[in-house]
Amino acid sequence: MEKLLNEISHEGLSGYSVPEIDVPHENIEKYIHKEALRSSEPELPQVSEPELRRHFTRLSHRNYSLTTHFYPLGSCTMKYNPPVNDKLSQLPGFADLHPYQDEESLQGLLELLYGLERSLCEITGMDAFTLQPAAGAHGEFTGLLIIHAYFKAKGEARTKIIVPDSAHGTNPASAALAGFEIIPVKSKADGCLDLELIEKTLNKDIAAIMLTVPNTLGVFEKEILKISEIAHKNGSLLYYDGANLNAILGNARPGDFGFDIMHVNPHKTFSTPHGGGGPGSGPVGVKKHLEEFLPVPKIEKKEFGYKLHYNIPKSIGRVRSFFGNVPVLIKAYAYILALGAEGLRNVSEQAVLNANYLLSILKKELPAPAGDRCMHEFVLSAKPCAEKGVRALDIAKRLLDYGYYAPTIYFPLIVEEAMMVEPTETESKDELDKFASVFAKILKEAADNPATVKNTPTTTPVSRLNEVEAARKPILKWADAPK
Amino acid sequence: MNVPKELRYMKSHEWAKQEGGKVRVGISDHAQHEITDVVHVELPAVGKKVEQGQPCAVVESVKSAFDIYAPVSGTVVEVNDALSSSPELVNQSPYEKGFFLVIEASNQAEWEKLLPAQDYEKLIG
Repeated sequence: MEKLLNEISHEGLSGYSVPEIDVPHENIEKYIHKEALRSSEPELPQVSEPELRRHFTRLSHRNYSLTTHFYPLGSCTMKYNPPVNDKLSQLPGFADLHPYQDEESLQGLLELLYGLERSLCEITGMDAFTLQPAAGAHGEFTGLLIIHAYFKAKGEARTKIIVPDSAHGTNPASAALAGFEIIPVKSKADGCLDLELIEKTLNKDIAAIMLTVPNTLGVFEKEILKISEIAHKNGSLLYYDGANLNAILGNARPGDFGFDIMHVNPHKTFSTPHGGGGPGSGPVGVKKHLEEFLPVPKIEKKEFGYKLHYNIPKSIGRVRSFFGNVPVLIKAYAYILALGAEGLRNVSEQAVLNANYLLSILKKELPAPAGDRCMHEFVLSAKPCAEKGVRALDIAKRLLDYGYYAPTIYFPLIVEEAMMVEPTETESKDELDKFASVFAKILKEAADNPATVKNTPTTTPVSRLNEVEAARKPILKWADAPK
Repeated sequence: MNVPKELRYMKSHEWAKQEGGKVRVGISDHAQHEITDVVHVELPAVGKKVEQGQPCAVVESVKSAFDIYAPVSGTVVEVNDALSSSPELVNQSPYEKGFFLVIEASNQAEWEKLLPAQDYEKLIG
């Protein structure tokens, strides 16, 4: 285990030197009320510069990322993040801008953002986009506020949102936060919607149905046109969760399926870094009839350049300061332009091909409840192993021993002992073969000698963590940790 | 799996125990086994009105969080305070020390909509 800085701290060591004060000494109590001042010095670790640097360098070597390993974390679309995107977002012409600069001096950035909005419209089949939301779930929330504003303007009091039980947890959470009541509906074994059930559930209270297409089991919603028809006949809107856009990118458009509103996740579909490497971003797109409710400011193209438009009476207002998380948006735009229409089509085709290839091997090892074909990801059930005492969690931990990040486990909730694998388009056949053979090896271990899989991981800096204790009695401060 | 005969059940795995007009509520042995180690339970305030089939509490395990649905309509008259410091009681003693709450039932007819033990046993088969 790498020791914490507090543990290697020695009184008097430091990595900085402060020059003599060359301004008159002032008493701080003159400026800050005594009650707001601390009475004792903070207990900061005291270490030398080389020690500090070695500590962080050692930690950095433990990073696990797409730049070091395969990362088949289902639902997350952990695709490779090309460094050229970072380089472009750090160009001084972008990085040194100040959001309070005059519009006239921000023209380059505004042109870029406008271009990204137009590209997203073309890719998704929507009519207008806002780039403001700061993350995917924030995009959902923004979308739901727009849905609320739409019905308010129509004078309809629709208070409920239909969310299938295969949805990402953020869907019901965002809808609840926006003040809607959630109507969960059971999906079929392949995660697709039960048309009859939807028809029965629809009534004049339903504002929208939130859908992920393909769904969280990696299956394309075959009845989507029919669902769109009955939803719209009922006066309800259709919300597209862009989580799985990577599966259809360049080949099909949510706008053409009948979706009225959607968000995209640039960190999934457009190769920007995920949370932790964040910040995130969650642009929201709408069809014409919802455009007047988009957040302000809206970027408009005029004869002589770009303007920020604030005077939109029916707008839901601001959802974030300034223009959104701009560096993320620059990276996403760079990716879109670098690949172009043909490249983006190839992305989804290769992602689907990779997932199907891996599924074709792994389905021999574990049941795949949604069938033999998938879109960009698939879900296996480790139930046969669990019945013999080795659970999805154990298999996931054993994968760490072999140097792999584990797939998503126990999601979606509708599959017992779920293991959700998403290889993405950026992996080679060799890499997929290697992963499949390790997976098969672990299942053989589980059958021959369950203990080898259960008592894992063994090669990681720390062994199996006690998740239950960590949740029940978390130690949140170093000072409280057992020494 | 332990499915006491004298209790009634819901498809969503809650159990209900008739105590002379009051109904004691918890989650079944099967449910606690499936959701694995419980780490947190969120209970309603005493006095809260609940409706049959509507969420009345939340149980969180290392796996996920789940709504607990009220088996009958009525008023919450007692909650199991011990669960706030010892959520593991739900796993250790799902039918006794790990109960969630007690509802003063407002409509006794609703009781009949709950599953008898043999039907619940079939469900979890």
